[in-house]
Amino acid sequence: MAHSRLSFTPDDRVNAFLTTCPEPEYGTGRLEGLAIAIKDNISTKGIRTTAGSRILEGYVPPYDAHVVSLLLAEGAAIAGKTNMDEFGMGTTTENSGYGPTLNPLDTGRVPGGSSGGSAAAVAAGMVRMALGSDTGGSIRCPAAFCGIVGLKPTYGRVSRYGLIAYANSLEQIGPMARTVGETSRLMQVIAGYDPRDSTSIEQPYCHTPDKNIQGRRIGVPEEFFGAGVDPAVAAKAWEAIEVLEKKGAEIVTCRMPGMAYALAAYYVTCMSEASSNLARFDGVRYGPAADTKKPWHEAFQERRGTSFGKEVRRRIMLGTFALSSGYYGKYYAKAQAARQQVKLDFIRLYKEVDVLAGPTMPTIAFRLGEKADPLSMYLSDILTVPANLAGVPAISVPCGTVDGMPVGLQIMGRHFEDEAVIDTAFAYEQAVV
Amino acid sequence: MVFERDVEHIAGLADIGIVKEELDEFTIQFNRILDYFDILDTVEGDCVYEQDRYNVLREDVISPSLSQEDALKNAGETEDGFFKAPRVM
Repeated sequence: MAHSRLSFTPDDRVNAFLTTCPEPEYGTGRLEGLAIAIKDNISTKGIRTTAGSRILEGYVPPYDAHVVSLLLAEGAAIAGKTNMDEFGMGTTTENSGYGPTLNPLDTGRVPGGSSGGSAAAVAAGMVRMALGSDTGGSIRCPAAFCGIVGLKPTYGRVSRYGLIAYANSLEQIGPMARTVGETSRLMQVIAGYDPRDSTSIEQPYCHTPDKNIQGRRIGVPEEFFGAGVDPAVAAKAWEAIEVLEKKGAEIVTCRMPGMAYALAAYYVTCMSEASSNLARFDGVRYGPAADTKKPWHEAFQERRGTSFGKEVRRRIMLGTFALSSGYYGKYYAKAQAARQQVKLDFIRLYKEVDVLAGPTMPTIAFRLGEKADPLSMYLSDILTVPANLAGVPAISVPCGTVDGMPVGLQIMGRHFEDEAVIDTAFAYEQAVV
Repeated sequence: MVFERDVEHIAGLADIGIVKEELDEFTIQFNRILDYFDILDTVEGDCVYEQDRYNVLREDVISPSLSQEDALKNAGETEDGFFKAPRVM
């Protein structure tokens, strides 16, 4: 196969990229010659991959993630690796070990997170498409804050092989782009079965967006417009839902009682999974070396104490606590019961409606440093975590601005109906362009 | 309610590496976050896993994998073709 080379020298003033590939090779296929940015927690053979962490400084993966192999097989050029909150733990990209990414629309604000670098790279026009990963909103939040489109696919639809694991039961890799059509185009390439991910399902995505939503029933949960949601943001989302109504959809207001404990269930689950997953970072197999002259625990603690950021250490400790003897029943077991309630809410509602809609984030992009307190940062994930707990697909599509900053409309669908989510977002996008 | 000694204990269990000066800040934050998690006490019942779950198993067939050289490329220290780790005993 003949290979050509692209020249990629972006004017990256917002620190979107941790690594750029100035002359990436590309081949032939559906993404021929397209420069695509990859979030830095997705393994790329021969290209430095750090997951935004100092504990993986200098790590060069010896293999490609499944999604990267798929992109290369379709002729894409890997433009570089994008900045992120360390291991995906954050809503702002300020938790990166390599400095924050700035929002290209207002550099005094964050781009959202954790896939903030991918969103900023697309929003600033450095690349047309990017891959992100979404554990509790990490694709949809930065898409909303930067005014682009981002899809969290149904759990199992895109292989996680080669994704540096943080919370396996929640996370999915997904596409980010300027338009719904381009997002769908990238999804066509990355979805499909991979035997190397045991949660992968044979469910390829061969869809072309269709803007006809005549008769589609759209549920609007009251909780998505409740306390903590900026009224101006809520109003923008409502306007967008009314546009869908004009295009033939039927709007049904509904309730999701499980939202009351969704956020707590999410954080207990992801912290618990993180405490186990991140035990592998010990300075022996990758990253800056542990001091082998010292005793094991001392060397291990020294490496992790200095190379992990505070948010990562906080989550590992809280996860260890939630799983520890005497507390497991109070935290982890209850979180799983709550998670099931959230899932049952979705299943119940999807008997009545085809998709659910509301704002993606409760506010516009935060100012840099605004969310210094961990709990206040966690609370901003309230509208995105339910989809991850239930494993359903969810998209964020731009729906206007508040104070000059973009607002995202979130549309969630039934399991394996990513197509309906794409179509609803496409109908809105086509109605307002 | 957790105290500084609890945070120190958890940090030890998780081999996370913590210095005395950080204990106060982590303890305050943990208490705020754990207070928020108390909402889980209101969840009724236990998680009943659905019946349609099944294990995904495969035959134990040898497939291509990394060479020893590639696997060791990112190691901090190696010795005789193996990873070198701090002493355990």
